[in-house]
Amino acid sequence: MYKFVIHEGVAAPLLRSNVDTDAIIPSREMKTVGKTGLADGLFAGWRYLDAATRTPDPEFVLNRPEQQGTTILLSGMNFGCGSSREHAVWALKEYGIRVVVAPSFGAIFAGNCVRNGLLPLVLPEAQVAELAATVAADPQRRRLTVDLQRCQLDDGCGRSYAFTLPASQREMLLQGLDPIALTLQSAPLIDAFQAADRQARPWIWLD
Amino acid sequence: MSGLSLFEKLWRQHLVAELGDGASLIHIDRVFLHERTGGVALRALDDAGHTVRHPRLDFATLDHIVDTFPGRNDASHPGGGSLMPGGDAFIRTTREQTARKGIQLFDLGDPRQGIVHVVSPEQGIVLPGATVVCPDSHTCTQGALGALAWGIGSSEAEHALATQTLRVVKPRSMRVHFDGQLPPGVTAKDMILALIARDGAAGARGSVVEFAGEAVRALGVEARMTLCNMAVEFSAFTGLIAPDQATLDYLNGRPYAPRGETWEMACTAWRELHSDADACFDIETRLDVSALAPMLTWGTSPQHAVGVDQRVPDPATVADTATREAMEKALAYMDLRPGQALSGVPIDAAFIGSCTNSRLSDLRAAAAVLRGRKVAAGVKAICVPGSTQVKLAAEAEGLHRIFLDAGFEWRESGCSMCFFAGGESFGLRQRVVSSTNRNFESRQGPLTRTHLASPATVAASAIAGCLADPRPLLGH
Repeated sequence: MYKFVIHEGVAAPLLRSNVDTDAIIPSREMKTVGKTGLADGLFAGWRYLDAATRTPDPEFVLNRPEQQGTTILLSGMNFGCGSSREHAVWALKEYGIRVVVAPSFGAIFAGNCVRNGLLPLVLPEAQVAELAATVAADPQRRRLTVDLQRCQLDDGCGRSYAFTLPASQREMLLQGLDPIALTLQSAPLIDAFQAADRQARPWIWLD
Repeated sequence: MSGLSLFEKLWRQHLVAELGDGASLIHIDRVFLHERTGGVALRALDDAGHTVRHPRLDFATLDHIVDTFPGRNDASHPGGGSLMPGGDAFIRTTREQTARKGIQLFDLGDPRQGIVHVVSPEQGIVLPGATVVCPDSHTCTQGALGALAWGIGSSEAEHALATQTLRVVKPRSMRVHFDGQLPPGVTAKDMILALIARDGAAGARGSVVEFAGEAVRALGVEARMTLCNMAVEFSAFTGLIAPDQATLDYLNGRPYAPRGETWEMACTAWRELHSDADACFDIETRLDVSALAPMLTWGTSPQHAVGVDQRVPDPATVADTATREAMEKALAYMDLRPGQALSGVPIDAAFIGSCTNSRLSDLRAAAAVLRGRKVAAGVKAICVPGSTQVKLAAEAEGLHRIFLDAGFEWRESGCSMCFFAGGESFGLRQRVVSSTNRNFESRQGPLTRTHLASPATVAASAIAGCLADPRPLLGH
């Protein structure tokens, strides 16, 4: 469905811990029954001086001229904690973000990323801080390259960082697989499980 | 070979297949949807040409963005039932989609309507040993009954609806022992806030967390739901508690619970659902509850919590840069100073409700504080029962009179102002003491300052007009 193999782009530091999905996309910005039209609401509480008139806050990192075209976010631990809203990932993606680098992620958020071709990349806090310091001098030139095939992030200044991702998630991203279609190939296994389960746990089956 | 943990038993019982790539195909026994994300998932299934595999195992309710003003019904909201701009479309889509696909919806006006994690146990839809998913992060609440219940995104919900399974990388396991006896006036809400304050909002690191120990066994089933509810704020994959006689007594006779011979058969199976004495966990930790005080948050993460009698901590004492900066930002946002006493900080509003603390026992605890007292002048106080059933039961024992006489609004059930979806909210920069689960920036309204607490602490603060300890009002 959504592939991720290799990506080179401008990185922005948002070094706060516990950036929650309410901050990534406030509930009030989820206006329609769909998965699009969300980029404007990304970080709405931080990005605008006045969200109603969409007046940008020049201080917010993504609004700085040197961060134009940012596609990689560098953040603190537990990024994407909180609400399960997949809108957080849809908003990041629509804005153009392809990779979030953080010491840890909210579990639901990380799963949502993989389903939508975004890479939740885990690096130790010290390495994230080092990357932020590297790009700070000139984000437009000091671009990062993330190679999922080699599971390696290069900072363009000669340093590279190895990362890991569960094999299933890596495969899903590298090949852009549709998980539902993939699982439906296992339909006979599900049928067999359910036939046995109806005998073992009849209280589960409400028919 | 060592024994099995409760989580391991549940995992094995639901294992359909190993997928060969590190993930497992896990059977899903129940899918619960709500209007905020359910409609999107159901519509996306159509777009992709998938069908719902077992509509009888799927349920939906209207809770997230429904109006909770008294007397709310279809007649007062012909277009849907939301005060959120554009909200009616979410409700309409959920109604259309569930009807078309044969999924039971607990609609406005249905006496079974309410917050998903209140309704599911109340109706006996979640059962011990079941796997339950819902596109809502607080699905972990339902682990209190010994189910493996966790929150998922919309895409995962589509997968569960279409295949009755999920592809899951097995999470790590963790056990938290709560030792000792809770002092009077201290609750499950205070236990979980104390744990998150001590170990951090990332403390569970994606584990399935089993809550165990003397203090957990002593909790009623509803209080166990409060404990499990905030497992996600601890970064848990989910939380769960082994079922015991209290769990079985709670479920017996509920509408969707088994009956007769099947009930007996189920109880026999459920009695096996506990961690073996020699079970191993990836992480084990303990917390003694016997000296706990009622907890209050002072910042913008649930980990920013201290006892009601303590002072706001000083970020300067914290070595870790990201943590310190987050604390400094939080204090600026909350308009508090390091070293300031929390007790006595004036409030604008008090809120009792949400999937954390809106059940009958929560309302009783608040009413015990409110009885014969009045909310302080200028404080907006609101009580939103977690379900229509809770509301009716509370009214049957006269609790609504205590709330109304004290000066609380008495609402229809729903998630209400636990979060700000663009409809009703608390005012700009207002300070709210709240029985909810998230004190994130602008969670309850534009730049609102939320202090999380137990229902008793919320009630005591409403009366005092400032953050306050409930124990003196309870005679402790």
